Amino acid sequence: MNKLRIIYNGLVTENPTFVLLLGMCPTLGTTSSAFNGMGMGLATMGVLICSNMAISAIKRLIPSKVRIPCYIVVIATFVTVLQMFMQAYLPSLYATLGIFIPLIVVNCILLGRAEAFASRHTVIDSMFDGIGIGFGFTIALTMLGTVREFLGTGSIFNYGIYPETYGSLVFILAPGAFIALGLMIALFNRIRQKHTDHA
Amino acid sequence: MKKGDSLLKMVISLGVITCISAALLAWVYSITADPIKQAEREKQAEAIKAVTPVYDNDPIAEEDDVMPVGEPAPLAVFPARRNGNLVGAAVESYSSDGFSGEISVMYGFDINGNVTGYEVLNHTETPGLGDKMDEWFRDSLSTQRNIIGKDPAKTDMKVSKDGGDIDGITAATITSRAFLDALRRAHNAFIQYRDSEKR
Repeated sequence: MNKLRIIYNGLVTENPTFVLLLGMCPTLGTTSSAFNGMGMGLATMGVLICSNMAISAIKRLIPSKVRIPCYIVVIATFVTVLQMFMQAYLPSLYATLGIFIPLIVVNCILLGRAEAFASRHTVIDSMFDGIGIGFGFTIALTMLGTVREFLGTGSIFNYGIYPETYGSLVFILAPGAFIALGLMIALFNRIRQKHTDHA
Repeated sequence: MKKGDSLLKMVISLGVITCISAALLAWVYSITADPIKQAEREKQAEAIKAVTPVYDNDPIAEEDDVMPVGEPAPLAVFPARRNGNLVGAAVESYSSDGFSGEISVMYGFDINGNVTGYEVLNHTETPGLGDKMDEWFRDSLSTQRNIIGKDPAKTDMKVSKDGGDIDGITAATITSRAFLDALRRAHNAFIQYRDSEKR
């Protein structure tokens, strides 16, 4: 399978946020600012690459009846390892993202990719799938975070664009997350459809 | 069900994966435990240094627990001394009335009980709203917001909405209340510590 194709697939064709609509809980919860969204996306990408590769490597050893618990154990292990390393060597990043890290375990993107991709493909292909899907997730979260931060507080990546008092608070809170996400999904699919119609 | 998927095989494969995960976690924990502790100690030491008057002793070594009257839990007091005389202290205080869970803040006082500084150590307040507290209450341009240099015994440390002297964070009154609640608690503990030392 073409490696670039796998990455493109994760980024656009099967973008986890805009097309598969997976992992909505961390998407809505962590995108109150562009930086938080990007951090969550990158952390998820790191775990996804590791867990995809590990699961792909051990796929023949797992009986199909207990595969889900096995996947969850593998994913949870990588998340905890990431959390401990981050806490030890990147304490300032941990201070801002720490509360989101355990959320990665319950992110269904990881389990979904383990089941749909890693358990049927080679280790290398699974790694590229992890990169593609993880990157797609990161971009989606960063975009959503940027839109919410801009509308809510008038800045992007903490860089002020217009005075904060004109921002509308609702976009920082949960209802604004749903509204922004809904509109962005619609926009993304509109563009994607136009693209496939022409081709 | 395939023949190979016997109960025994399922138990063994899941058991083996869990054991490997546990071993991996134990190993990562053993190598990160010390750096994590170190990072936390550094954070605490930095917070103490940032909030207290200049000192020449080791406040962490002299840490003392003070049980303020009518409180359920003791607070950690880190006394700051110069030439052996008490010049102030840092008090690690908390409030469980935050918007989403407990907040923990290190407050500094001089010997007269005036606030010399504060550092937010831990919180889970709404990003973009409540988490502004780490800057809001030390804005030297706004005397209504600034708590530095004020004496909680003379200033009514409540948000102006509740009839107090401090302007709370816009759109985060609950967080502001919790912050000032923690401040009052820290101040009580400090006064109690100072008076017990005089005797």
